[in-house]
Amino acid sequence: MTSATVSPSVAALAGQFGAAILRDRVSCGDTIVWVAPDRAHDILAWLRDDPGQDFNFLTDITAVEYRDGELPLEVVYQLRSLGRRADLRLKVELDKARPLEVESVCDLWAGANWLEREVFDMFGIAFRNHPDLRRILMWETYAEGYPLRKDFPLRGHFSRSEQTRQALAANPEAHYSLEELSIASSYHELSVEMRERLARGERGEVA
Amino acid sequence: MGLTLPDGGPQVAEVSGESPNWVTARLSDLVNWSRTRSLWPMPFGTACCAIEFMATAASRYDISRFGMERQGYTPRQADVLICAGRLPFKLAPVIRRVWDQMPQPKWSISMGACASSGGIFDNYAMVQGIDTIIPVDVYVPGCPPRPEGLLYAIFLLQKKIQGESLMDQSLRIERSMGPDGLFRAPAVIDEVSEPFGNSVHQTRSS
Repeated sequence: MTSATVSPSVAALAGQFGAAILRDRVSCGDTIVWVAPDRAHDILAWLRDDPGQDFNFLTDITAVEYRDGELPLEVVYQLRSLGRRADLRLKVELDKARPLEVESVCDLWAGANWLEREVFDMFGIAFRNHPDLRRILMWETYAEGYPLRKDFPLRGHFSRSEQTRQALAANPEAHYSLEELSIASSYHELSVEMRERLARGERGEVA
Repeated sequence: MGLTLPDGGPQVAEVSGESPNWVTARLSDLVNWSRTRSLWPMPFGTACCAIEFMATAASRYDISRFGMERQGYTPRQADVLICAGRLPFKLAPVIRRVWDQMPQPKWSISMGACASSGGIFDNYAMVQGIDTIIPVDVYVPGCPPRPEGLLYAIFLLQKKIQGESLMDQSLRIERSMGPDGLFRAPAVIDEVSEPFGNSVHQTRSS
């Protein structure tokens, strides 16, 4: 997409969802659509399932926090239609004064699982109905907060010695689920809540 | 005895083919000589330094010329831990366990700027020098160091080993964690982790 033309999906979205489509913009040839947070899951489901849209591939989910503290956080969905060779970027704005929550799209694209875990790990945005929402890059007992938030100091909240102490106090096997490492010896050192979650299996199914 | 010195010649010992051969040496020299020439490395490669380590181990630079032909990949059969690359806090307990699993005598090489000091990664996720986690014998500067740099570090380590005394039992004491769960005193860790160089002027978002 080289020309600065708006994707035809925008008009289709506006016709289907009306006021839930807030605004749109073309940036570097890519169309960006801002949508209402409470309708985001419906809109993404429609974009995936509508034959004229057919966005069957979720390229990425990420989030942005701007330096300007007044601006809301954005959750970004980058969609791709493999058949139509078309791209679309959806953005959902989350007010910082309210709980940072958005509906999970794991039921639409299974690949959203780890992407949403990464956004949760780095920004603290909770994804409702996510089957296995826990940290993915930092370890599960990480206590300093969400590293990519603007109020997070680059070197972390704790002193280096405290960071080192907490890191060394951790059991390396306890950072991972049983499915990830198949090490049963650390199972009893996990918290009760973690054990219950692991017993359900990685996808939240009854084992 | 078995040695005959030629009359008036240089002091070169000739060994007779018929009698038992023998040499004298200090035991520690002998032991250190054998340890020096059969160091088995345990590579702990986490980043681009590991690429240079691979180049050092491969045919062109070939560390097996110096007795390191057997790379363990199991800490229980290794002498030298080579930490090649940056070490995030998530890996800190892992390298500590690898080090604890290695039998004595053992040494370690901190390869590259990140392993030695945190390098450019003065952030929330990175250990600021692996010497806050395990003891280090030789530091290799560079980002990443060339294979010659790693070879020079190995020579330095060999030199260090040859100077060790078998009587000095303190060299072989396992330096375990202190009561606070740290390898070094908290004040020491905070001091060596202080920002330096360009890292002092980095943009802070808070």
